[in-house]
Amino acid sequence: MAIPVRRRAADIAAFVFASAATAFGLLWLFWILWTTLRQGAAALTPELFTQMTPPPGTAGGLLNAFYGSAIMVLLALVVGAPLGVAAGTYLAEHGRHSRLATVVSFLNDVLLSAPSIVIGLFVYELLVVTAGHFSGYAGALALAMILLPIVVRTTEESLRLVPDQMREAGFALGLPRWRVTSQIIYKAALSAILTGILLGIARIAGETAPLLFTALNNQFWSANLNGPLANLPVVIFQYAMSPYDEWHTLAWAGAFVLTTFVLMLNLLVRFLARKGTHR
Amino acid sequence: MNASLAREQSAAAAPIRSGAAADRAFQLITATAAWLVLLLLGAAALSMAWGGRLAFKTFGWRFVTSSDWDAVGGHFGALVPIYGTLVTSAIALIIAVPVSIGIALFLTDIAPRWTRAPIAMAIELLAAIPSIIYGMWGLFIFAPFMAAHVEPWLGAHLGNVAIVGPLFSGPPIGIGMLTAGIVLGIMVIPFIASVAREVFNAVPAPLRESAVALGATRWEILSRVTLPYTRSAIIGAVFLGLGRALGETMAVTFVLGNAHDLSVSLLMPSNSIAAAIANEFTEADTDLYRSSLIALAFLLFVVTLIVLSIAKLLLLRMNRQLGRTH
Repeated sequence: MAIPVRRRAADIAAFVFASAATAFGLLWLFWILWTTLRQGAAALTPELFTQMTPPPGTAGGLLNAFYGSAIMVLLALVVGAPLGVAAGTYLAEHGRHSRLATVVSFLNDVLLSAPSIVIGLFVYELLVVTAGHFSGYAGALALAMILLPIVVRTTEESLRLVPDQMREAGFALGLPRWRVTSQIIYKAALSAILTGILLGIARIAGETAPLLFTALNNQFWSANLNGPLANLPVVIFQYAMSPYDEWHTLAWAGAFVLTTFVLMLNLLVRFLARKGTHR
Repeated sequence: MNASLAREQSAAAAPIRSGAAADRAFQLITATAAWLVLLLLGAAALSMAWGGRLAFKTFGWRFVTSSDWDAVGGHFGALVPIYGTLVTSAIALIIAVPVSIGIALFLTDIAPRWTRAPIAMAIELLAAIPSIIYGMWGLFIFAPFMAAHVEPWLGAHLGNVAIVGPLFSGPPIGIGMLTAGIVLGIMVIPFIASVAREVFNAVPAPLRESAVALGATRWEILSRVTLPYTRSAIIGAVFLGLGRALGETMAVTFVLGNAHDLSVSLLMPSNSIAAAIANEFTEADTDLYRSSLIALAFLLFVVTLIVLSIAKLLLLRMNRQLGRTH
């Protein structure tokens, strides 16, 4: 069974190439994470969580940015998650095989990868131009629009995984459709739906582009959602692009906190998903 | 929205006996939410077209053919950002497509079984890192690395070669289309690799086993069985990656240099549609300036929607094919 040299060489080349490609992919992950960890850990101070974003040349923290980001993500969640679950329910249950469901399911996937900066501009036209000023509400709405397709997709997928026997069992008991969905199907798919929402939070927590023209930024403490609101991604962007060393340090600290949060959430989701499949 | 929330509450409070009415309400709520997804997409496209109408009307075709972007003089030709977007996305795909297929091959055929899940997860984590982190890393770490080690080498070895020479000549400053393209490439690898891995795994075992029985090597199985069988999904994944690369904003904004000069060299700073909007929109002080940026957003939105639709169609075709053969 001697394989001719040329064929064997091609095979070895493919083996080497595939291994090298994987090493290449992993290299970037570790390089980026290592950089963020090293620069960020050096910049971590208690003041980060107690002080406001400083003017150039003075020390400070990122408290207002953390607060603004948390509020906007929370608000986006309150708006986007229920709508996403409802739309996903329509696609998988109540509108299954309807033309609307087919079209929406298709376009939802397109929306899932659409450029987030366009979403930001859309909300700018919708809320900022009409209100005449930037606002935390506009930022939250932009984030909700990014969250929506993620929740729709994961909800639809998790509902489809629920076996039809459970629906039939519910109908056999004489339950109306809405109770079958809300009391049987949702319960069976609950952890998968929550997983999708967590993934969505991880995604919108780091989104910068849609906030640039909606929430803008605010150097000072502000709890007023109807005005420009400080937020972590835009602060990182502005501070990293600035010429000041103190601001660079703060940007790295912010990047460290953001990356840790997003990665932890992703790992948690994967852990939950694995537990779900083992059950 | 308040109305739909109110409906939801009243539906939940309704007694069990009024099952039919509650059913209709539930159906209505979920259908409304589904319509909303459709509505948002349409409204976003329309609003970009409406916001950009002044620029389209003022410049006509010159908007996409002129490279004269002069905020003070009020001339806006978007050739440079369009060119920069296309070139950086092309570089990204040139890097990401072979690497992703290699990763998929490694994860389905070569890697020891117990390492597959953790490696696949690590590659997918690349997609979880926020793009602003890519941007910061690109600006502070990767661009200086390119300027110190890669670009001088490229200039010395390829800068004087015929045809490709002009692409790699110029000062090694680190910020530019090549660096942006590489960062974009890293960012789209997880998207292409995860689709490729999924469809490689879905190739029916009898097909692969027949090839093995005929004495095919690993390379021959990939090139003559796996890739032809999964072709439409792989092309779909490439389009998905392209859609991502075209619209990526923050990472590119950091490392592209925001320059409005048209240059052949990949080492030179340039601009992209998304980066131009991110950099300039809050500074745009005239209606025409703002409208030009929104017109750019409209072009970007339409092109990415088309690219992503093609991706989705190709992936659906693969699913149907797999459905038939199973």
